[in-house]
Amino acid sequence: MADRHPLFMPLILVGGVVFGFGLGFSQMARPEVVLNFLQFEDFGLLFVMFGAAIVSGLAFAVMPRIRDRAPLTGDTYERRLKPFDRNVLVGGAIFGVGWGLSGICPGAAYASLGTGNVTILWALAGMFGGAYLQGYWRSRTASSDTAAAGAD
Amino acid sequence: MVTDPVLLQAAADLFPSGISRYAVGGFLVGLGTVLIYVGTGIPAGASTFLESTLSYVSDQSRFQQYVASRDWRVVFTAGIVLGGLLFAATVQSGVVTSTLYQSGSTGELYEVGGVTLWSTDVQPWRLLVGGLFVGVGTRVGKGCTSGHGVCGVGSASKTSIAGVVTFLVVAILTAQAVAALGVTP
Repeated sequence: MADRHPLFMPLILVGGVVFGFGLGFSQMARPEVVLNFLQFEDFGLLFVMFGAAIVSGLAFAVMPRIRDRAPLTGDTYERRLKPFDRNVLVGGAIFGVGWGLSGICPGAAYASLGTGNVTILWALAGMFGGAYLQGYWRSRTASSDTAAAGAD
Repeated sequence: MVTDPVLLQAAADLFPSGISRYAVGGFLVGLGTVLIYVGTGIPAGASTFLESTLSYVSDQSRFQQYVASRDWRVVFTAGIVLGGLLFAATVQSGVVTSTLYQSGSTGELYEVGGVTLWSTDVQPWRLLVGGLFVGVGTRVGKGCTSGHGVCGVGSASKTSIAGVVTFLVVAILTAQAVAALGVTP
């Protein structure tokens, strides 16, 4: 990790800018638009989520076949596969309550801040608080039963 | 072109803001993910940043496991914020116009130094309490809308598809219940 390619961080930054611009352009960075979708008043948001998944899915399918390793890290190309357990459903349901109440998710909250939405700092404060609560609790239970969760 | 008036009316009902801004935005979200993946092999999600950043200030083992990735995750998040600002300074401010962009009537626009910024009308308590649930849920559930929704679904991961279906159904039920209780916005 110490000898990262000098273009590593610039590429991460550019990727983030394109990602954030897309969240702004689609207006998924606006909680009202997400809530309108969840209340079945405007289904356009489906095109953001599945459009992005299709575009990235092409890269996940193609890159492992045409190249062995990524140029800036030397890492092998792998798909994003995570082990399934009950936490995926429990955590997903808790996330759903939060998303349905606030209309905002982490990536959209960062982009929303960029579009000038200072009020979204409430949501970001809540997200950090929630991440801290579960991390504090799970660090304690993990050290008491020494089971490595292995979740990313 | 679709000219059937019944179909046109149905499309207008389902997509009152059209689909182009959503499709273009989704393409760009995917493109940002692809740029990072092609260069680095990393399928980047947005929510691990919450925990990896806490590793700067907390010694809890849950956060310390992300020390190796915390620097680039800060840069990724800074990029997303800058991307939102770039959108505000160009399209939202009307400096760049596109027929693909449909401006909405939600929230409030305000100006600072010639840049048109936007702020939400959704009540702070909803954002704070909802954010708290989002923070817990995304970390327990191993991903958020970008990690599971974009990278995981793009990888045809059954775990991620189960996660997305779960949070989508629960979010729809929650939002409809909150609206039915008369909370607006």
